[in-house]
Amino acid sequence: MDTAWVALALTLKVAGWATAINMVFGVAVGLALSRWRWMGRDVVDALLTLPMVLPPTVLGYYLLVLLGRHGVIGQWLQDKLGIQLIFTWQGAVIAASVVAFPLVFKAARAAFENVEPNLEQAARVLGLSETAVFFRVTLPLAWRGILAGSLLAFARATGEFGATLMVAGSIAGETQTLSIAVYEAVQAGQDATANFLVLVTSVSCFALLLSAGYLAPGRIAGQTQRGAR
Amino acid sequence: MRWQVQLISRLGHAPSTFDIHIDFASDAQRLVLFGPSGAGKTQTMMMMAGLTTPQQGKVVFHDKVLFDSVNHLHLPTRQRGLGYVFQDYALFPHLTVRQNMGFALRQGWRNPSTSHSDPQVDHWLAVFQLQSVADLLPEQISGGQRQRTALARALVAQPQALLLDEPFAAMDRPLRQRLRQELLELQTELSLPMVLITHDEEDVQAFAQEVVHIEKGRVVSGSSPFEQANHRV
Repeated sequence: MDTAWVALALTLKVAGWATAINMVFGVAVGLALSRWRWMGRDVVDALLTLPMVLPPTVLGYYLLVLLGRHGVIGQWLQDKLGIQLIFTWQGAVIAASVVAFPLVFKAARAAFENVEPNLEQAARVLGLSETAVFFRVTLPLAWRGILAGSLLAFARATGEFGATLMVAGSIAGETQTLSIAVYEAVQAGQDATANFLVLVTSVSCFALLLSAGYLAPGRIAGQTQRGAR
Repeated sequence: MRWQVQLISRLGHAPSTFDIHIDFASDAQRLVLFGPSGAGKTQTMMMMAGLTTPQQGKVVFHDKVLFDSVNHLHLPTRQRGLGYVFQDYALFPHLTVRQNMGFALRQGWRNPSTSHSDPQVDHWLAVFQLQSVADLLPEQISGGQRQRTALARALVAQPQALLLDEPFAAMDRPLRQRLRQELLELQTELSLPMVLITHDEEDVQAFAQEVVHIEKGRVVSGSSPFEQANHRV
């Protein structure tokens, strides 16, 4: 049963990193899209939402093309920095990040758009710099929405299968996350292992949802929120 | 001249544009911008405070030029030294009354803590009788208390002048009369220049030393236009 615990630890590590990365980039992109009205904003929004609707295998293929040994980014990383992403747990992090990204940036954008401009204006009149306005008014009021999106992203990253399998493969103890381990166990006819893995996955997802509900009461389902009003 | 304001701006997009062409000068301690809703009063005040930027014009307070399109001078809002009380008060919903009032005393990236105590905040809490609600959130207090909190928050920042956008609009008549009286006393006591927006003639009668009457984005009567003021200087 060691496989299960190793896979669980790896899954949490990958999902944790993916969520952390998305909380930086997803929030930044959500902020940018909520603020600046430039031409093509809707096109960018649609492009960035694609990972939510595209089949994960298609995403995995894109990532292979980009990050593979002969890919645009992959080759550069290999030549300049000696970094190889394919078939590593870092590759799995990238796959999970891309798949879960729309959940964070969509939630962040909606949350930022819900912050009343008047409140930010009030902070400016009271002498605050733009950075201070962001950290003292905008972010605290958008925080619940961002957190809700991030928790969904974490859950999505935990269950990620297709893109991860294509980019990182299924190396036990290295890139074999829970969902992939379940698939492998079923394929190999190891019913006992599969049962246990499924049980572990279900319990951890349930625990995740419970804590999500505790952190952001009543708001996990909807992305809209109106601050603490 | 205390105030010299000249603003030209086109708001909105075609075909529903709204032109602002405001021009007034005043030496009054208590100046009232009077007119029906939708006349451009709030836009005028926001441009005075630097919250929106007019396409052309000039804003001078005492001898300090706050905005001058000809010389490309645009002082950011935070450097104008003006207090602003928004029509809906714009109290920070995530902060208590005390934190709201002390907001301007801390300029960094973090809000004052809930236990933050400052002589100035305590002073205004006492003056406006807000001690009992100091640790409550804005949604938990009454309309009159919110208005006083907003007023106190602006005063704690020690502004050079106070701009008030329809401060009594959301109140019933007795409360409006009482708060109007309070504001009048406060203005006299602090001798702090105030500009007040209203569509209510009673406010004008009770408060105004001078009135600028605005309709459809233009000054229809009131203080001497900016050009005349310039000639006199």
